[in-house]
Amino acid sequence: MILLIFGAVQLGLIYALMAMGNYISFRILNIPDLTVDGSFALGMAVSVMTAISGHPLLALVFAALAGACAGLVTGFLQTKVGINPILAGVLTMTALYSVNLFIMQGKANQSLFGHNTIFSMLENLGLSKNASRTVVVLVIAVLVAAVLAVFFKTRFGIAIRATGDNEEMVRSSSINANATKCVGFALANACVALSGGLVCQYNQSADTGYGSGMLVVGLASVIIGEAVFRHGGVTRGLYAVLTGAVLYQLIIALALKVELLPAYGLKFVSASIVTIALAMPKIKSIIGDVIKRKKEGV
Amino acid sequence: MAAVLQLKEIYKTFHKGTVNEKRALNGVSLDVEKGDFITIIGSNGAGKSTLFNAICGSFPIDQGKIILDGRDITRLSDYKRAYDIGRLFQDPMKGTAPHMTIEENMALAYCRKTSSTFFAVNKKDSAYFRELLAQLDLGLEDRMKTKIGLLSGGQRQAVSLLMSTISDPKLLLLDEHTAALDPATAKKVLAITVDIVEKTQTATMMITHDIRAALELGNRTIMMDEGKIILDIKGEERANMTVENLLALYSKESKKQLANDRILFSTQK
Repeated sequence: MILLIFGAVQLGLIYALMAMGNYISFRILNIPDLTVDGSFALGMAVSVMTAISGHPLLALVFAALAGACAGLVTGFLQTKVGINPILAGVLTMTALYSVNLFIMQGKANQSLFGHNTIFSMLENLGLSKNASRTVVVLVIAVLVAAVLAVFFKTRFGIAIRATGDNEEMVRSSSINANATKCVGFALANACVALSGGLVCQYNQSADTGYGSGMLVVGLASVIIGEAVFRHGGVTRGLYAVLTGAVLYQLIIALALKVELLPAYGLKFVSASIVTIALAMPKIKSIIGDVIKRKKEGV
Repeated sequence: MAAVLQLKEIYKTFHKGTVNEKRALNGVSLDVEKGDFITIIGSNGAGKSTLFNAICGSFPIDQGKIILDGRDITRLSDYKRAYDIGRLFQDPMKGTAPHMTIEENMALAYCRKTSSTFFAVNKKDSAYFRELLAQLDLGLEDRMKTKIGLLSGGQRQAVSLLMSTISDPKLLLLDEHTAALDPATAKKVLAITVDIVEKTQTATMMITHDIRAALELGNRTIMMDEGKIILDIKGEERANMTVENLLALYSKESKKQLANDRILFSTQK
């Protein structure tokens, strides 16, 4: 049981990075970004190939950079080419499928067994397997959250936030809103790909199909986090997302443990959580109407 | 004196070659001098807002030249022009980012001119923002951490006004910026506007449907119709102009009766 909880928390912290990426596009830029499914697998592909060549640390850096490039492409398609945001994300995601296979030399999956990972590097220093895993993911997740929180208080950071809030105002403040959007997407997908890169070293394998449905998993984490913390500033939002991702993994792990649902039911649960959360305002207003009518009837 | 803004024969047609073809700007030429406060009147669809959009670069113009402070900005993108142009819309929601604090909004507007610091919100700038907000006399200086979305329309418009003038623009464009506010608030925002314009001597163009205000405020009045400037008065000629004469002149110049409810109503106050 303890092991189960440890595992869920570790995974939650890794997925928190992806959820932060979703938070940046979905909440801060206010544009759903469907690149995520592709950039997550991109992070895996880059990470696995670099790790196999013997550089597990560099693998994470490359994964994040590759994700940023994917985000830039989506941003470019949206702003300069003028493609509908959702379609732009789908196009990049689809193209990434081929790119990922190309990176993995045509193989749909790659194993990392027998190769060094960032986790095994720490184990070699004398830490236990569980401790090294927890330390690595905790440090990276908290560090990324802290860096992002500071970034969104800088001049360029608040420009990105304002772009999602009122784009016209950003333009009339003489700031290039296309640039803020592109950088926002790059940042979001860098987080997502870093998450993918860590997952692949954690699982010691990469799979090109692993990314599908990741967007919804990320959104579910964002929504759970916001339900716990309520809405607040960006710093609070980022830590809410971090908590939300851990909670989500805990819920899933427990549900699997008590055999509430089979493993293949996970995506259905994530989609349901997001759907219910997004439907909440409408449901509340309907319930409110019913109560009001009943009162008036009496 | 050199003109701050020069418009040379500007033409713009929307939906060219379709049944919806609309000549929005039909050869507009105008010189705005430093210290000018121009009020612009005209019926709906006369091209007033389109003129502002053309100056701000919301769309490329078909023909003509726009020169701001000696620099040809005709082909410059909208956000680059905004460096020297402050603009306020009728809708108070348009000028501010609702989920960000008053302080953050002002910091964003101030970005283009202040020395670059790492954090957008810093002590030095905040003290300056506080001073500016205090001048509004709305008590906003003590609510700088409040999200702008929680303020009333009038308060938001007042903050937007500060934001559009905070970085000393060379030109200030006001597009019926008090029309969506209640009369008392509108009066207050207008008073603040006049105060700021007088203090900074920024060249200002203000669209209004209140003909009385158009004649009372500023030093020059322009009337537009069907994408053209049909009247441009200042000095003595303007001082002697009455609302009735202006309306009569309008029907003479445009050879039609003024059939615009909003203008007629606003003259009956």
